[in-house]
Amino acid sequence: MTFTSTPAVDLAAGIAAGDYSAREVATAFLDRIAETDGELNAFLAVDTPGALAAADAVDAARASGETLGPLAGVPVAVKDVIATEGLVTTCGSRILEGWIPPYDATVTAHLRAAGAVIIGKTNMDEFAMGSSTENSAYGPARNPWNTDLIPGGSSGGSAVAVAARQAPLSIGTDTGGSIRQPAAMTGVVGVKPTYGGVSRYGLVALASSLDQAGPFAATVADAAALHAVMAGHDPKDSTSIDAPVPPVVAAAANGDVSGMRIGVVKQLTGEGFQREVREHFQKSLDLLADAGAQIVEVSCPHFEYALAAYYLILPSECSSNLAKFDAIRYGLRVGDDGERSVEQVMAMTREAGFGPEVKRRIMLGTYALSSGYYDAYYGQAQKVRTLIARDFAQAFEVADVLATPTAPTTAFPIGEKVDDPLSMYLQDIATIPANLAGVPGMSLPVGLDDKGLPIGLQFMAPAMADDRLYTAGAALEAAVGWEARP
Amino acid sequence: MPALSRDDVAHLARLARLELTDAELGHYAEQLDVILGAVQRVSEVAADDVDPMSHPVAISNVFRPDQQVPGLTSDQALSGAPAVEDERFRVPRILDEE
Amino acid sequence: MTFEQAVEKFDPVLGLEVHVELNTETKMFCGCPTTFGGDPNSQVCPVCLGLPGSLPVVNAKAVESAIRIGLALNCSIAPWSRFARKNYFYPDMPKNYQISQYDEPIAVNGYLDVEVDGQTYRIGIERAHMEEDTGKSLHMGGATGRIHGADYSLVDYNRAGIPLIEIVTKPITGTGAKAPEVARAYVTALRDLLRALQVSDVRMEQGSLRCDANVSLRPSPDAQFGTRTETKNVNSLRSVERAVRYEIERQADVLDGGGVIVQETRHWHEDTGKTTSGRTKEEAEDYRYFPEPDLAPVAASAEWVDQLRTTLPEPPAQRRARLQQDWGFTDLEMRDVVNAEAVELIEETIAAGATAGGAKKWWLGELARRSNDSGVALADLGIDPDGVARIETLIAEGSLNDKMARQVIDGILAGEGTADEVVASRGLVVVSDDGALTVAVQEAISANPDVADKVRGGKVAAVGALVGAVMKATRGQADAGRVRELLLETLGVQE
Repeated sequence: MTFTSTPAVDLAAGIAAGDYSAREVATAFLDRIAETDGELNAFLAVDTPGALAAADAVDAARASGETLGPLAGVPVAVKDVIATEGLVTTCGSRILEGWIPPYDATVTAHLRAAGAVIIGKTNMDEFAMGSSTENSAYGPARNPWNTDLIPGGSSGGSAVAVAARQAPLSIGTDTGGSIRQPAAMTGVVGVKPTYGGVSRYGLVALASSLDQAGPFAATVADAAALHAVMAGHDPKDSTSIDAPVPPVVAAAANGDVSGMRIGVVKQLTGEGFQREVREHFQKSLDLLADAGAQIVEVSCPHFEYALAAYYLILPSECSSNLAKFDAIRYGLRVGDDGERSVEQVMAMTREAGFGPEVKRRIMLGTYALSSGYYDAYYGQAQKVRTLIARDFAQAFEVADVLATPTAPTTAFPIGEKVDDPLSMYLQDIATIPANLAGVPGMSLPVGLDDKGLPIGLQFMAPAMADDRLYTAGAALEAAVGWEARP
Repeated sequence: MPALSRDDVAHLARLARLELTDAELGHYAEQLDVILGAVQRVSEVAADDVDPMSHPVAISNVFRPDQQVPGLTSDQALSGAPAVEDERFRVPRILDEE
Repeated sequence: MTFEQAVEKFDPVLGLEVHVELNTETKMFCGCPTTFGGDPNSQVCPVCLGLPGSLPVVNAKAVESAIRIGLALNCSIAPWSRFARKNYFYPDMPKNYQISQYDEPIAVNGYLDVEVDGQTYRIGIERAHMEEDTGKSLHMGGATGRIHGADYSLVDYNRAGIPLIEIVTKPITGTGAKAPEVARAYVTALRDLLRALQVSDVRMEQGSLRCDANVSLRPSPDAQFGTRTETKNVNSLRSVERAVRYEIERQADVLDGGGVIVQETRHWHEDTGKTTSGRTKEEAEDYRYFPEPDLAPVAASAEWVDQLRTTLPEPPAQRRARLQQDWGFTDLEMRDVVNAEAVELIEETIAAGATAGGAKKWWLGELARRSNDSGVALADLGIDPDGVARIETLIAEGSLNDKMARQVIDGILAGEGTADEVVASRGLVVVSDDGALTVAVQEAISANPDVADKVRGGKVAAVGALVGAVMKATRGQADAGRVRELLLETLGVQE
C-alpha cells in the first residue's frame, strides 16, 4: 500500500492492528521528503534519527502489548515556531539559527504522549509574520500545485508538507489566518481552534492575544484526530480554557448539517474576491443547502475595521514579545568585539538577525505603544475588537456557523507582493476577525480556479464550539467530493 | 496624525534596539506612514462607550499554588548562550545602570 | 550650604518607592525556588529565563501577600487589577520587559503613620503593586568592580522573577528639617509592618527591601513642586536618612547658585556619603506599557479580601501602645525602647519570666551600651531574651548581684554557655550567709569607727561607706542588701 496517500487515522489503525510497522510508515514519509523537499523547501529540519527512534518505540510498545496512543506511529510535521526539546527551533529566523530548546511545548508533549512521530520542523514566515512563507530566512517554501507560486503563510511549510504528502499531518499556528490561508492555497484542511483551546506554552509568541496552534490534514476527520490530541486545558498557559475539549472527532464522523443554520457574512463575499473564489463559495453554499442546511445572511458591519485593528494589535504585542531576542541568553550575537557596549551589540544583532517584515512590525508596534499614541492606536484598536466580538455574538444568534471564502485570491507568484505590505495584509481580510474575537475557524478545499489552483472555504463557530466546524466541514467535504491532488 | 519623519523612525529604532541602516530609515519612514494611514481607520468607529478588549477570553484569577516545580539545570539554562563564563551569561559591557 | 540653611531656605518634598521581595517559596510566575545564594543560574526555568515560547502563571501566595500588604497600609484593594508589561532593554531582564502593574494596581490610596520626636506624620500611600525582580550582574575587569569602567558583565538569573511589591508614597510634604528622619522612620515602620505580616525577610543588606528616594525642593510650602531626582541604591535605614539629607543639601546648593535641578536618576554611595548622577539619557525613557496578554486579570472578591483581612497582625503602632500600657512605661521610656529596636526583645524577655522594668534595664542599659560599642545590633549580640530573663531571675532570688550579672553577660557573649553555666564555671555566687558576713561587718566597723559613730548618731546614709568596705572585702560577692541590714542591726540603728 502507499502509505503517503493513506489518511492518518487509517495509518494509526493499521499500525495498531499490526498490519504494518510504524518504522515502515516513517520511512515512507522520510523518503518522500528526501525526494521532494529539495524543490518545495517545506522543512527547515528533518529529524530522521528522532523519527525512527519514536517509530521504533511505538513498534516496541505494540509488541509488548501496551495500549497505544491515538496517533501512535503517525508522522507529524511541526511548524518551527513550536518548541521541541532537543530539536532545533528557529522560527524561520536567523536570530534563532541553531537554537535547541531545552524543553517541549505542551503541544509537542501532547504529540509525544499520543505516540505521534515528530518527523521534522516546517518552514514559515519569520516569527509567523507573513502570508506567503517568503519571509523565511531560509528561503521560501513552494506551492506543490505550481512551484513558482507561494503556498500561503505563515504556516506555509506545514501546509505544503500535507499537500505534498510529505507528512500525513502537520501543525501550524494562526494569528490572523496563518493556518487557514495556506490551507486554502494548497488544497488541504486547516483549523484554528478557539483561542485558549490549545495551549500556547512553548509556542514562540507573535501576538499573544491572537496566536493559536492548530492542525493541518488532508481530510476533516484527520484534522479532528490531531485537534483532539493537541487540545485541552494546560495549567502552564494562563489563557488556556479550563473546559472539556469539544467533541471534534465525533462531529467529523457525523457530518450531518440538516437544520444547521449557516450564516453568510455579507461583508465578506463580494468586492476584492477573485471571481472563481466567489463562484465556488456560492456553489458550496448550494451543496450545503442540498445537504439540509439553512443558509442565512448575517451582517458584521465592523469586520471592515478588523484589518486596521489587527495591524495595530499584532505589531504592538510582537514588538514586546520579540524584545527577548537580544544576543544574551540564546541565539545570534553580532558585533561583540570586546569594545562595543551591550546596547550596541543588541542593536546590531537584532538588525542582522531580523528580516524586513519583522523589523517593520516591530517599528510599527513600538510606535503604536509609545507615549502619546497609545490611546489613539492601541486603545482604539482594542475597542474595535469589542465591536467585532459583538458582531460575532449577534451573528451567532441567527446562525450556528458562519461561512466566508478563506482568502480573496488563489496562490500568487513568489515575489509579487513581497514589498507591498498592505496588499499582502489583505490576504487575511476574511480570517482576521476570528482571531480578534477568539472564535474557531476552519478552511477546507472546495474547488479549483481556472488555472487549476485550489480555493478554500472558511467556517467559523462560537468559542468552544469547534465541533460545529467539523460537522459542517465533513458535510461539505463529502458533498464536494474533493479528489484533486497537486 | 503627523507624518513620520526619518528622525521619528530613528527614535523608534533606538527604542526597539534596531541599528537600522540609512536606507532602511528612509524606506520604513515611507512604509510606516502608509500603513499608519490605513490603520488609522480604527478611530472612525471606536466610541467612548465601547470598552477596550485586550483579551478574547473573559477569565480572571488564574493562579498556581506556591509550590516548587523542577526547572532547568544550569547547563541546560546556559546551553544556548552565545558566551558563558563561571556558570553565568557573559555580556558585553553595560554602559550604566538603568 | 549647611543642611540647616538648606531647609531654612527651601521646603523639601519627598517621595519614597520601596521594593519588597516576598518570601514566597517560588517565584512570581514560575515554580522556581526563591532561596538566596544558590549556584548561579541553578534556580531558573524556561519562564524566568525568558526562553522563547514560555508563559507566566501567577503565584497565588504572592497575590495574597500583596493584598495583605495593601490592607495593612490602609489601602483600597482593587476589585479589578491587571498586570502590564513595562518595556525596556536591560541585560538582567530576561524578556526585556518586566511584568508589572501600571494603571490598574492591586492596592491604592492608603497611609502609614510614623512618629518622629513625638510628632506623628501620616505618610500617604499612592499604590502598592506586584511585579517581578530582575537578575543580577557581576561587573568584570576595570579597576573598581563597578559597572563603570568594566570590560564585560556576567549575569545570573536566579533572582529574576522573584515576586516584588513596589510601594509608592504620595508626595510627602510638611516635614521641613525633619525630612531625612521622616524618610527613615517611614522605611523603618514599613519594614516592621512587613515583618509583622511575615511576607518578607525585609533584609536591606541582602536586597529584599530596597528604597529609592525622590527628593525635590521648592521655595516655600505653597509653591509648586520643584524638579525631583530619584536616588537609588539606598540600602540601609541609615542611608535613607543620609541620602535624603545629602540630596537636600546638594539641590539647595545648585538652586542657590542659580542652577537648575535636572530630573535624573542618582546613585547613593555609602562609602562617600554622596549621590552621583546616572548616565544622562539621550531621550526620555518610554516604557510602552500595555496590558500583559499572557495573564488573566486579578479580580479580588470582597469575600477574599475580607478573609485576608482577618489574617492581619495587630498594626505595629497599635501594638506598641498596648505594650506600653501593659509594661507601664512612660512615653519617653517607650520611645527609647522603640528607637533601640528592643520591643520584641523586651516582650520575649518578659514572656520568659522577667519583669518589664528588669527587661528594660538590661536591654536598654548594659546590653545597649555593648551594642553601641561593638556596632552589633541588639538582636545579634549573642544573648537571647531567655538568657536575660534568667539573669533577672537569679538577681531576684538573690543569687546574683548586678556586678556579677555583668560578668555573666561577659561569659554568655564570650560563648561560655547559658547563664547558669557561666555562673557555675566562673563560681559567681552571692555571699549572703550571715556567718561569713558577720565577720566582715565587724571588721568594717572596727576599721571605720568614725563612720560607725556617725551612723549611730543618726546619719543612716553614712552606712554606705561601710557597705562598700564589706563588699570590697568580699570581692563583690556579698548580697549588698543583706550587708546593709546586718550593719544597721549591729550598730543598733533603726531606719
